Amino acid sequence: MSDLYSDILLDHYRLPRNKGKLPDETLAVEGKNPLCGDELTLHLKLDGDRVVDIRFEGNGCAISMASASMLTEDLKGRTVAEVERRVEQFRALIRDGKEPEGEPLDDLASLAGVAQLPVRVKCATLAWTTLEQGLLQVKRS
Amino acid sequence: MLLGRDVRKDFPILNVKVNGKPLVYLDSAASSQKPNAVLESYCRFCEQRYANVHRGIHTLGEAATGDYEAARRAIADFIQAPALEGVIFTRGTTESINLVAHSYGQKFVKHGQSIVLTPMEHHANLVPWQLVAKSVGAELRFIPMKSDGTLDLSEARKLIDGTTALVAVAHASNVLGTINPVEEIVELAHKVGAKAVIDGAQAVPHMPVNLREMNPDFYAFSGHKMLGPTGIGVLYGRPEFLNDMDPFLTGGEMIREVYLDHATWNDLPYKFEAGTPAIAEAIGLHAAVRYLQEIGMDRIAQMDHYLATLALEKLAGESDVSIYGPLSQRGAVVSFNVKGIHPHDLAALLDREGIAIRAGHHCCQPLMRWLDVQATARASFYLYNTADDITALVEGVRTARKILA
Repeated sequence: MSDLYSDILLDHYRLPRNKGKLPDETLAVEGKNPLCGDELTLHLKLDGDRVVDIRFEGNGCAISMASASMLTEDLKGRTVAEVERRVEQFRALIRDGKEPEGEPLDDLASLAGVAQLPVRVKCATLAWTTLEQGLLQVKRS
Repeated sequence: MLLGRDVRKDFPILNVKVNGKPLVYLDSAASSQKPNAVLESYCRFCEQRYANVHRGIHTLGEAATGDYEAARRAIADFIQAPALEGVIFTRGTTESINLVAHSYGQKFVKHGQSIVLTPMEHHANLVPWQLVAKSVGAELRFIPMKSDGTLDLSEARKLIDGTTALVAVAHASNVLGTINPVEEIVELAHKVGAKAVIDGAQAVPHMPVNLREMNPDFYAFSGHKMLGPTGIGVLYGRPEFLNDMDPFLTGGEMIREVYLDHATWNDLPYKFEAGTPAIAEAIGLHAAVRYLQEIGMDRIAQMDHYLATLALEKLAGESDVSIYGPLSQRGAVVSFNVKGIHPHDLAALLDREGIAIRAGHHCCQPLMRWLDVQATARASFYLYNTADDITALVEGVRTARKILA
């Protein structure tokens, strides 16, 4: 527990990266945790199969907001296939409580402690679940 | 003499350390801790007298049945129930209210009638009535609340009218701490021929409850919030209505004669106790009632008042803290928010200090909308809490503010 509100997490919560709207977005996706009241909108700009920009807006607990901030920082500039791999890695981190094989998770690794806190899993994963829904929409259209 | 410190020795869990700190348990409105008297009584029963009830013609079967029925009598006495056969063991308040909604509401509330509730109801005293209203075509009405979180009774007098089949109200709010004037509400209901259902989950553990004086038609509460085990609760119902109602669950125990194509029902209260009941839990609840009676419900209510007043005062002295609910005539539940801190973060940071509070919507989403918040933090107190616990809470809030704000 004491690890969860780490300096890295608090830094993202206090000074969120990429917060705000995206004027020329490809799409916006909304996500909600009705039970906590966490609300989040991801603004995505795609160029071909590359996510060239991501921003987020929202209200919620420090875990959900810091995770969203880390997401935008980590995924900006990656291809959709790379993003999907990253989502998988993040889900493994939250499930197993330790960094999976492959590319280091950097700041995201600070959320590993969530694995021990089942009630906070949905906070940590809100931005990621929302992102996945956005990618599905992109693929369908 | 204050209770807190004197009774703490009776609650073994209060010696537990949480995250290396002594436990400060401020979540009794969600579930209370259990004294040795309850734990020992439960264990002794299982070790020495356990068998199924109302069935076996053998020594243990008779011992268990005797203990189970003694628990019923003690609980009837504790709430001054007008009729012993109206005291039904359920799994808790939620099941009790669902029983009334299903077996009374679905059968006796008619198309075009109204069901009167309040916006402060726990989901367990709201959603069952939504289902009844939908299925029979009844209208849901809500007694408005004043800005301090108390009910506007002048509006209630207008809302409860000739169309009203039933009024269902919390005796005490699990979020605001409001203690509702249930005697008056029961009277308003009866004046127009409506039935009164009272959700006593937050009241029975904390204050003297006298059903003879209150005169409700149905009254529900849970064992685990009053020092008893989980999985045991009570519904009191007026026997004449219980007799007219159909069973809620069917199966063993509730039955008299069964043929291949039909069946007849057992007498009250067994008609509403299908299947093997929570026997040892009922015995545990009996011990809880004994423990509460030895201390005295008046003293517990005084202790609640002392702790709630102190907490309100201390939290109100903190900058950026908003407190919800009335300032007087209230139970030992204090809901609050700290500006810029989500209640879940506050609860998590308090937990680091060993302090357990509840954070969220408290199963009262409509009330959260009324308060215009997503969630609140809630500290709730019981007889084992002390002024030191409140000091720890306030210090914890300060620490959380330093970390997050």
